[in-house]
Amino acid sequence: MSKAQALLQWIDDRFPLSTLWREHLSEYYAPKNFNFWYYFGSLALLVLVIQIVSGIFLTMNYKPDASQAFQSVEYIMRDVPGGWLIRYIHSTGASLFFVVVYLHMFRGLIYGSHRKPRELIWLLGVSIYLCMMAEAFFGYLLPWGQMSYWGAQVIVNLFGAIPIVGEDLAIWIRGDYVVSDATLNRFFAFHVIAVPLVLLALVVVHLIALHEVGSNNPDGVEIKKTKDPVTGKPLDGIPFHPYYTLKDLVGVVVFLAVFSLIIFFAPDMGGYFLEHNNFIPADPLKTPAHIAPVWYFTPYYAMLRAVPAFLGSQFWGVAVMGAAVLIFFFVPWLDRSPVKSVRYKGPIYKFALACFVVSFLWLCYLGTQQPTIAATWIARVLTLIYFAFFLLMPWYSRIDKTKPEPERVTD
Amino acid sequence: MMIRAEWRGKPIWVVHRTQEMLTDVRKSDPLLADPNSDGSRQPEYAKNEFRSIQPEYLVLVGICTHLGCSPTDKLQAGPASGMDEGWLGGFLCPCHGSKFDLAGRVFKDVPAPANLEVPPYRFLSDTRLLIGDDGKGA
Amino acid sequence: MAKGLPIRASTLLLLLALPLGAIASEEPRLDRAPIDPQDTISIQRGARVFVNYCLNCHSAEAMRYQRLVDLGLTEQQIRDNLTFATTKIGDPMGVAMRKSDAKSWFGVPPPDLSVVARSRGADWLYTYLRTFYRDEKTATGWNNLVFPSVAMPHALWELQGEQVLKAEKQGEEQVNTLILQSPGKLSPLEYDKLAADLVNYLVYMGEPARETRMRVGYAVLIFLGVLFVPVYLLKREYWKDVH
Repeated sequence: MSKAQALLQWIDDRFPLSTLWREHLSEYYAPKNFNFWYYFGSLALLVLVIQIVSGIFLTMNYKPDASQAFQSVEYIMRDVPGGWLIRYIHSTGASLFFVVVYLHMFRGLIYGSHRKPRELIWLLGVSIYLCMMAEAFFGYLLPWGQMSYWGAQVIVNLFGAIPIVGEDLAIWIRGDYVVSDATLNRFFAFHVIAVPLVLLALVVVHLIALHEVGSNNPDGVEIKKTKDPVTGKPLDGIPFHPYYTLKDLVGVVVFLAVFSLIIFFAPDMGGYFLEHNNFIPADPLKTPAHIAPVWYFTPYYAMLRAVPAFLGSQFWGVAVMGAAVLIFFFVPWLDRSPVKSVRYKGPIYKFALACFVVSFLWLCYLGTQQPTIAATWIARVLTLIYFAFFLLMPWYSRIDKTKPEPERVTD
Repeated sequence: MMIRAEWRGKPIWVVHRTQEMLTDVRKSDPLLADPNSDGSRQPEYAKNEFRSIQPEYLVLVGICTHLGCSPTDKLQAGPASGMDEGWLGGFLCPCHGSKFDLAGRVFKDVPAPANLEVPPYRFLSDTRLLIGDDGKGA
Repeated sequence: MAKGLPIRASTLLLLLALPLGAIASEEPRLDRAPIDPQDTISIQRGARVFVNYCLNCHSAEAMRYQRLVDLGLTEQQIRDNLTFATTKIGDPMGVAMRKSDAKSWFGVPPPDLSVVARSRGADWLYTYLRTFYRDEKTATGWNNLVFPSVAMPHALWELQGEQVLKAEKQGEEQVNTLILQSPGKLSPLEYDKLAADLVNYLVYMGEPARETRMRVGYAVLIFLGVLFVPVYLLKREYWKDVH
């Protein structure tokens, strides 16, 4: 036995390393027909790692104090060797994390990756999305710019809109009557350790749940139903390693090229990734003329603004916005179609999906703009379309004219 | 004419109102959601026509009652403030468009649910204001 | 941001043709800042203007004097030409004025300008520096077309001269033009060039790593392009046995 083999044996006697390698990589069978939409899961994991590593380096020099935070970011940009690169990696990574995750969620919707027996994977995924939103919200306060400050002020005030407990709840969250140093310190703690721990735990459970039932695929076919009589392996499956480790590596190289293009040539992204107003230090006495959340929150922001005050309360807008995110949890039970994949669904579902995508993208755009009367009415219509996609799904997914799902994958 | 100060981390506005502005305050009533300040926060000495101890000096907490942005002062009437002809002077919140008159009272049909808050305050002399303490206990 | 000489020349000609700062009432139209971020000599000139005219009131705490070696200057040149009295080469560009004093003298402390080019943008700054005009109604006697009722006086007035506002109604629209009433030490063309140099410096100061960033970017993209080939070929080779 070579030294390396002996070492591996020593470890295997104490920790199931080789077993894990086999079960989750070299003998984990995934469908052979993964397409473009299947890159985004591994890319999401990549971006998570990038954010954590770049975040660690940032915390070495960032100062979570209201009087020092803004300057410490500029210190990182100028005086820390390579600091500018780490900062841009982290700011670009945050936005790309949401791009990747939105595309990953879209893949789930179109191929029915939320259907039985994968409901739990979907629920865990939506929980990860919620954690990402919290993580982004807490992180955004840290540069302590005008947008950081007023964005945090407005969102915490949303909690203040909750009847009866709202006011006290908002003070408890902030640690003060207004967003201040106390708020910055605790948001730093949440952003750097609390939420990342929860995120990592959820991602691990998400992947374990996935491996328990096996991946879905663009045809919605369950590959485990058709196994080779001799080997017992799914006929339409291939081992994740080396096939998908290599294929995902290609995806990673392409992604890194896009990532680099942005970081090195357009890190501000026209003010969408690094907002112009955030280069002005936070001023609690003066709100900037145009405040909007960062682009990945704007669809929900557009909905919040579109809902008028009912019975003298702003709470309804908050409730609609909350419902728009939480409704994702219910998708596995709203979808009553006999087939999983959009490839075999009928025209109604395809139309509904197209409407949903258009409404989401348009709401995203409207949320970045100033609210005019016309824009508010359009946002109201789009919000209705958004909710209709989900709420009417039990009905239209059942009456839709579907094609029979094949037994074997077609690619 | 307006001075900005800070109390408990919040912006405080002290507005000097001319006689003309005081007349305009009276005219605003039909546009307002809560002209008598029944649903807003102010000490009892500010629950009156001009929402202040002395009519010439308005003291307000400069935080919109909607979601906490700080409204922009548009004290002059009409286009001088960049507003349209019917504007009698007041405040406009840049975040979601809520409007308040020259006594900090909220307009109808805007997102903000209440008039701007008046903090506790008192006059130490004709030219000195103390914000946050009106000698009337907590 | 114009790069070539023909673009800069025609922009200047266009600016000469238009009455300075002719705008419609609400949102002031901004002039394009004719700057070339790779022109280090222009940035050096801008640094000189900044240090002599702006640094009295405006700090730039994130910018160390030593960093100016990026522009091809030696530390001794920086010491001799751009620093005053007791400033050490590694010091940041601070001001002696206390914030509390500044607030009571001006109403609002002059903001730190380290990253003003990233919040306001080059075009805004370029237009701002050239649209000051005399206004008896303000505390300083100066006003500005892109920043109405600004608390800052025209620090460069001796160089530009004094402009006055001519407001007239052309049909429905309110049109404002600035007329040069008394000339300064520089001609309008020379002043515009100075303003462009200063804005170029402010843009540089906003992100000194800019040129490095793009250089590293080219190298990284080339590397990834080259890396793509073996990675893709390796994938294709393994996948030959699938299907």
